[in-house]
Formats: sequence, structure tokens, C-alpha cells
Amino acid sequence: MDQNKGILKVRDLVVKFRVRRRELTAIRSVSLDLYEGETLAIVGESGSGKTVLTKTFTGMLESNGRIAAGSIEFEGRNLLELKTDKEWEKIRGVKIATVFQDPMTSLNPLKRIGIQITEVIEKHQKLPPEEARRIALTLMEKVGIKDVEKRFYDYPFQYSGGMRQRIVIAIALACKPRILICDEPTTALDVTIQAQILDLIRSLQRDYGFTTIYITHDLGVVANVADRVAVMYSGQIVEYGSVREIFYDPRHPYTWALISSLPTLARKGEPLYAIPGTPPTLFNEIKGDAFAPRNRYALGIDFEEEPPFFKVSESHYAKTWLLDPRAPFADPPHAVKLMRKKGNIYAEGGAAEAGK
Amino acid sequence: MNDVLLSVKDLEVTFKNGKETFTAVRKVNFDVHEGESFALVGESGSGKTTIGRTIIRINPATKGEIFFAGKKISGIIDRELDTYVIRNIQMIFQDPMASLNERATIDYIVSEGLYNFGLFKDENERREKVFKALNDVGLLEEHAERYPHEFSGGQRQRICIARVLAMEPKFIIADEPISALDVSIRAQVLNLLHDLKKERGLSYLFIAHDLTVVRYFADRIGVIHQGELKELASTEELFARPLHPYTRSLLSAVPMPDPDVEKEKRLIVYDPTIHEYEKEGPSWREVFPGHFVLANSGEEAEYKAAYS
Repeated sequence: MDQNKGILKVRDLVVKFRVRRRELTAIRSVSLDLYEGETLAIVGESGSGKTVLTKTFTGMLESNGRIAAGSIEFEGRNLLELKTDKEWEKIRGVKIATVFQDPMTSLNPLKRIGIQITEVIEKHQKLPPEEARRIALTLMEKVGIKDVEKRFYDYPFQYSGGMRQRIVIAIALACKPRILICDEPTTALDVTIQAQILDLIRSLQRDYGFTTIYITHDLGVVANVADRVAVMYSGQIVEYGSVREIFYDPRHPYTWALISSLPTLARKGEPLYAIPGTPPTLFNEIKGDAFAPRNRYALGIDFEEEPPFFKVSESHYAKTWLLDPRAPFADPPHAVKLMRKKGNIYAEGGAAEAGK
Repeated sequence: MNDVLLSVKDLEVTFKNGKETFTAVRKVNFDVHEGESFALVGESGSGKTTIGRTIIRINPATKGEIFFAGKKISGIIDRELDTYVIRNIQMIFQDPMASLNERATIDYIVSEGLYNFGLFKDENERREKVFKALNDVGLLEEHAERYPHEFSGGQRQRICIARVLAMEPKFIIADEPISALDVSIRAQVLNLLHDLKKERGLSYLFIAHDLTVVRYFADRIGVIHQGELKELASTEELFARPLHPYTRSLLSAVPMPDPDVEKEKRLIVYDPTIHEYEKEGPSWREVFPGHFVLANSGEEAEYKAAYS
């Protein structure tokens, strides 16, 4: 993996939606770099904007949504200059492909599986039918379908959930995309099947050399797949870093809260940490740090002024006033200390100048 | 351990579709004690939900018996016992978006069971019961006049729990009660279920596929695969000494929120054909005290040897 070669560059992206004659800001100025060959996981609750963010990469925003500001640089051009569907078709599904949560909604129930894969290859690669069919069969084998000659003619209902998701992955890979977006690809699947699909995506990534973005709310999946993690809250990225930095040395109180609420780290019989309240409504302008009202570590300034990103390491940044040198020492919750121990991160453990 | 509250004996449930019969659950045996949380863990299609639905009499039991508080509640029962079962065994469903009537107020939703059984003397008492149930789940009296769409997912699941509590049941079947909820909200609902157990001595049948949640919540766990219980033990015991290859594959597949652990992880895939059951079929055996597994004598010796 070449950590320095950027493949996608998002700058100050703002996305707004019109809902019942009011305007909602779903993405509030997000900047993000994606590096060639890496796996980036975007974590957040429903409504945090993680799906909306990645939909802008393929021009798939719903019709009531618009990009109000920012740029998305890919292969030397700003994707936001693409206007028509025709222009987008050269990117969507070809250069940047998406695998969605529910395989049944992305497959046509009335068409044979093989035909659905072949169609995509014929359309985008302009290949003769025989050649497309040959590629389709290879792809089916690649994603672990047995007896492909026969399964080629089966319909989606004859496939199990896990097998269907494999087909969706095969279709996504049909055009050899440079970026594969996996939007909760295993949420609808059983744990044993989930583990197999995650393994499959990882091995295909090695073979095909694409870059992967995972969208998920499951921190177990993140720990399994990610090289880097971005944590989203209320339409913003609030912390990003390598997977070890985010799990073993998180700095944002929202990341702390997410880790504290995990049942794996809780002692049996003791209550789990529950984040009080709900995320703020995005219809109104948010003053200060959006997480402040639910944050037990909130400082006075959190209610007044939005924090900037503070640098923790070359790869690790967090958007919280707690990292300001003037901030008082905040003692992280028990679960986070436990994670630090697990990751052998003692160095900054109890130091008062944490964050600098 | 406390007295047995619910007892499932040799339960078999089959579904008929024209001439075809499909056995969803076969020879399932387990007890749930008073004040205990018993979890059934398995994949979709394993029959875990069917067992829950059979206990509250949505699906009939084809064979076997179910006892609740010493009374047989499977098969044909009289009206009085039926009322008793409905009042005392209540169910929480997976998706709080689908299990609430969108056109009814929270007040009506929570009191529906009270109306059905005339469980109040007058309007004042009914209101009191509704308010108490709402308070118990951390909602406010003013919420009673609102409609389900005005609430978040976690709040809706709490409304479902309030509806159940209003009936003052002894036993709650919770079918994947948190899998449709966000991470931060899961903690709220799990804590609530836990507190109710401590304060009222409620017992639970907790149906789930997520072993990390079950490990935190359950006292004992039954692992179910293709309609059969494969293993049953206390939570600590099951995680310390998983015996059946299916249990081990399930444990290996759970993604742990710990990158170093995940890097080292090796997936165990369960192959049901590894059992050599031609000569000797499997039976339900107690390999360690309170730790049962479906195995034949050869396997039992092997499992025992693995942990000695």
C-alpha cells in the first residue's frame, strides 16, 4: 500500500437537503483523503451522514439534495463539475462502484444471475456477448460461487443471502473499479457469513488492487477490515487516524463514548455506558461542538465555538477542544483506558498534556 | 439456582406447505429459572424465533410439551390458562419501527393489553398504570399523547418495553431486541432490560445472533443450529470451553472491536459432515456439570480430553 498516493480528495464538502420546505445540512464541511490501495472505514450512527457523504462520490444524491460547497478531486478533475447522468456513468459503477446493504434490492429478481453480470460487462466494456459471458463466469468463480455453469442460469431467489451478496460484489467488480464503496455490506447477514464476505472482499482487494471504503456502525467490522478510520457525528468527521490509533488511543469524547458503550468491554452486571440524549437536528445551525450537549467532558467553549482539528500524530487528528493546550485534563472512561492497555499504549496514558 | 419457571421438553415444530413438511425445531429441551436470562443463539433460519413464538402460542407445538410455572401451556388449554399465559409471557420484537401501530397514540398502545383483559378499575387507574410503565422505561407522562413517528428508534423500543411492562409479566421473550438499533442506543435498551430483571426478578428468553451482546446479558446460553440445540452451558463456561464445532465456528466469526485481536483471528468454518453418526447417533450429554452438548460417545470423550 502506498500511503502517500492520494486517489480521492474531498475538500470542505457541504450537502444540503430540502425537506418539507426547510433546508437540512446533512454534511457540514467535510474534508477527507483516500489513499491508493487502503481500506478506510467510516463509522457513525444512523443520520451522521456517512452514506450521504459517499453517495456524492458517485453522483447518487437523492433529487432533493444538493452540494452547496466544496470539491471532490478524482483522477485530476473535480467530480462536482459533472452535471448529466451521462457524464456520471463514466465514473459510477466503472471507476467507483458501490455494494449496498441489502443484496436483494440491488439485484433484479426477474433476471437470471448470469445475465445480470453479463449485461454490466457488455454495457461498460463494449465486449461481444461470448466474451462478456466468459468474464462473468470467471467473476462468479472469483467470488466463491461453486458450479458456476449451472448457477449462471439461476434466479436471485435461488441464492442464499450470503451468495447474493457475493453476486453483487461480482457485479461491482465487473468493470475493475478503482474504488469500491461497501455500505454496510454485511449488516443483513449472519455472523458466520459476514466473516466470509469480509474475507472475500479483502482477498479480492489484493488481487484487483482497488481501494475500499467501508461504511458501518459495527466497530467489530471496523477492527477487522480497516487500515484507517474516520468517525462521523452530525454531518462532520470528528476524528480520524489509523485503526490502532482510533481503537487504542482515541481522543474525541464521541469516540470514547462509542467505545464505552460496547458490551465486550463491560463488566458483567455493571451498566453499559449509554450516551444520553439524541443527536441535534440538522435543520438548525449548530453552534459550537455538535456533540457538546451529550458530552460529559464538554467545556464551556464547546457551546460557543466549533473546535478545529488538533493534531495527535502525523496520521491522527481529532476535532475537540480537549486537545487544546489550555484545556483541563480529561480522564478518559474506563473502557478507553482498558483499550490503551490492550494496545500497549502507555506513553501518553496519564500525561496532563495529552494531545500535544 | 432458583425454581424452574419455564420448561421446554422435546419440542418439535413442523410447518406444512402443501405436501411438504419442514421441521423447523426438533427435540429441543431447556429450562429457564426464575430471575434468569437464558439466551438462544443461532443464525437466521436456525429456529430460535420459532421456539419463542411457540412458547407464546403463536405457532403450535407439533410434538413435546412446554410448562410454565408448573402448568402445561402447549397443546389445547382452557380459556383461563390462555389468559394467564398472555398476561405473564410477553414478547419484545426486533424492529420497533414495524411493531408499533402508527395511527395509535402511545397511551393507547401501552394500554391495549389492559383494555383486552380489563386490568383496571377505572380511567384513573388505567392512566396511572400507563404513566408508571412509561416512567419505568425512562419516558415522560407527556409522551403518552404522542404518536410513534415522533420518537427515535431507541425510544420506540422503550415504548415496546413499556407496553410489555404494563401487563406486569413474569417472563419476557426478547427477540433480537437491539439488533435494529444504533450502537449508542443499544446500551440504553440493554441497561433497561438489565435493571428490570434486577428490580422485579423478571426472567428472559433472549433470542439473538450477536454473541458479544449475549455474553454481557445472559446467564446461560443455548446454541441452536438447523433446529437442534447443539450446546448449552452457563455463559462463562461456554466462552471458556466451547465444545461443539458449530459453537466454536460461531465464536470465531464474531468480529471483536480490537484490531490486534482481529489481525490474529482465524475463522473456523463448521462442516456438518464431519460428524460420524452412521454407527452411533448423537444424544444430549452432560460433559461437564451443567454443560450439555449434542454428541455421540466418541465425541464426548474427545471433547472431554480437549479440556483436561
